[in-house]
This record gives sequence, structure tokens and C-alpha cells, in this order.
Amino acid sequence: MADEALFQFLHSEIIQYVKGVESGESVRAWDTRETENGRCVSKLENMGFRVGQGLIERFTKDTPRFKDELDVMKFICKDFWTSVFKKQIDNLRTNHQGIYVLQDNKFRLLTQLSAGKQHLEHAPKFLAFTCGLVRGALSNLGVKSIVTAEVSVMPACKFQVMIQKM
Amino acid sequence: MSRQSNRTTDSKKMNSELFTLTYGALVTQLCKDYENDEEVNKQLDKMGYNIGVRLIEDFLARSSVGRCHDFRETADVIAKVAFKMYLGVTPSVTNWSPAGDEFSLILESNPLVDFVELPDNHSNLVYSSLLCGVLKGALEMVQMAVDVRFAQDTLRGDNVTEIRMKFIKRIEENVPAGDE
Repeated sequence: MADEALFQFLHSEIIQYVKGVESGESVRAWDTRETENGRCVSKLENMGFRVGQGLIERFTKDTPRFKDELDVMKFICKDFWTSVFKKQIDNLRTNHQGIYVLQDNKFRLLTQLSAGKQHLEHAPKFLAFTCGLVRGALSNLGVKSIVTAEVSVMPACKFQVMIQKM
Repeated sequence: MSRQSNRTTDSKKMNSELFTLTYGALVTQLCKDYENDEEVNKQLDKMGYNIGVRLIEDFLARSSVGRCHDFRETADVIAKVAFKMYLGVTPSVTNWSPAGDEFSLILESNPLVDFVELPDNHSNLVYSSLLCGVLKGALEMVQMAVDVRFAQDTLRGDNVTEIRMKFIKRIEENVPAGDE
């Protein structure tokens, strides 16, 4: 089933829509590209959060309890990432003090953006939904976090998860 | 059942749920951004159109379907190949008009509306409007202008979901400027 393609098209279209709404609302003279971008990213991240919560709820219905935080993160990197993006996270690093860096060397949602410096400014919008997805999934697994992402070299990107102590 | 096979079925299911849940999040956002349901319907249709004009290429690349010779063939391809490929369901093709220019796609279950309920204050929302746009956009790229609308919707109390498609006209291929 080519549902992955369908999701990618929908994701792309949602980004265009949010971009359109936010640029339409930029009437104040001091509204910079940055704040506009920031609002887009926020909106997209929130959408991803809701979806992540819903997804993980159904996915882990019959999964046994996780041993610890690292176990949860490994689940996200392997099972969750495979289900959503058809591949695992390529590299997981942690400082064992609540910070995890998930590296995806060929992030599926970035493949639509062509490589090249000029498109790098749009990359955050393509990562925002997924950041929310991860934050939402973790949230429903009882882990509160802040998730950010950055692109180093297209199409590789890193998701940084900072666990918040509740 | 071994854990492995559980994982595969779950992962397939979760993938279609990803689309369904994301679509739900989109509709929710649109309902916040627009004041009335009509506007949301229009926006969903427009977004669907934008997706459709790109999806057709993806579809043609994945399937080995050749050019359709008539509207009946088109209907079959949409129902048996496209819907199956992207949404995992095969609607039935029925209710052909005598002139053969209009038909219905009947969906017993609509994957877009899993887990969805329409609240009372959104009775005019045609939740799956995106699909209308996708079909219109995709067919326009293969030179067919069609009208697509929902005749029945399970979210609004009907037993099935019925999409009505009408052939309007053939679109002449654009001659690039300078060729005249």
C-alpha cells in the first residue's frame, strides 16, 4: 500500500497551508520572517503532538510496560520510527542525564526538499510535525519532553529530546 | 501468533492510522481557522486538488495502468487500483447514468473517518472533502474535467459513503507558447 506517499503529500500540503495562513496574518510591520516561521513551526508541532498521542495509544495497547526511560527511547527509535517512517533511527546518543539525540540519515519527509543551501531555511517546517509526533508519543508513554530538530546535511537530521522531570 | 507477525500487522495498521489521525488534526485546525463549514469544505477541496495533481504522477509510476479508453475504464481504475493502493479499500462502482457520464463510488467503510464523530455545530462539514479535490486534480492532469461530490456520508447519518463523479469534458492538452 502506498499510504506512505499519501501521508507525505498530505504533510507537504499541510505545511503549505500553515505557511499561507501565517504569512496572511503578518500585517504588523515588525513581523519578521523569523516570527512567521516560528508560528508555523509551533502550529505544525502542535498538530504532530495530537497525532503522536493518538498513534502511540493504539500502537502500544498490548505492549508490556517499559523498563525505564532508555527502553522507551529505544522503542521510539526502533518500533515507532519503523512504523511511521519505514526505517529505524540510525543513531541514538544520550548523556544519560535526560538528553537524547536521534539521528536519521535519510529522513523521509526531507526527501521532497531538494538538497542545497537555499532550501535549508524551510527545513524546520518539515521537521516540526515530527517533533510534535515524538513529543506526543512520549507524552502518552508518561514521558514529558521538549523535542527539537535540526538539519545538518540534507537529508540527514537530528532530533533532540530533552526529558523534563515531572 | 508470534510477536513478529503482530508487529507487521500493527505497523501496517498504524501507517494508515497515521494518515487518518493527521487528516483529523488538519480538519480540526481548519475548523479553528475558518468561521463556517462551507469555508472548511472549500479549503479541504483545494488542498485535495493540490495533492491530486501530484499524486497522479506517483500513481502512474507505481501502477502499470495505461491510458483509459473511456469513462467506465477510468471508474474501474479509480476504484480497483487507486483507492486500493492509497487507502486500502475498494469501493464498488454503481449507479451509472444512462449517458454513461456519471457514476457512484460506494464505500462501505471510509478510512478517513475512523475514530471521527461530527459535533452538532458542524452539520454542514463534508469531512472527507479532500478526496473530492484529489480526484478532480488527478483527473485534470490526465485531461479530464470532472465534478466530484459526496452524495452520502456515514458521518452525517447515511449507511454508506457515496461519492458521485460526473464527466464534464475532455481538456485539450495545452500547446506550449511559441508553437503556434
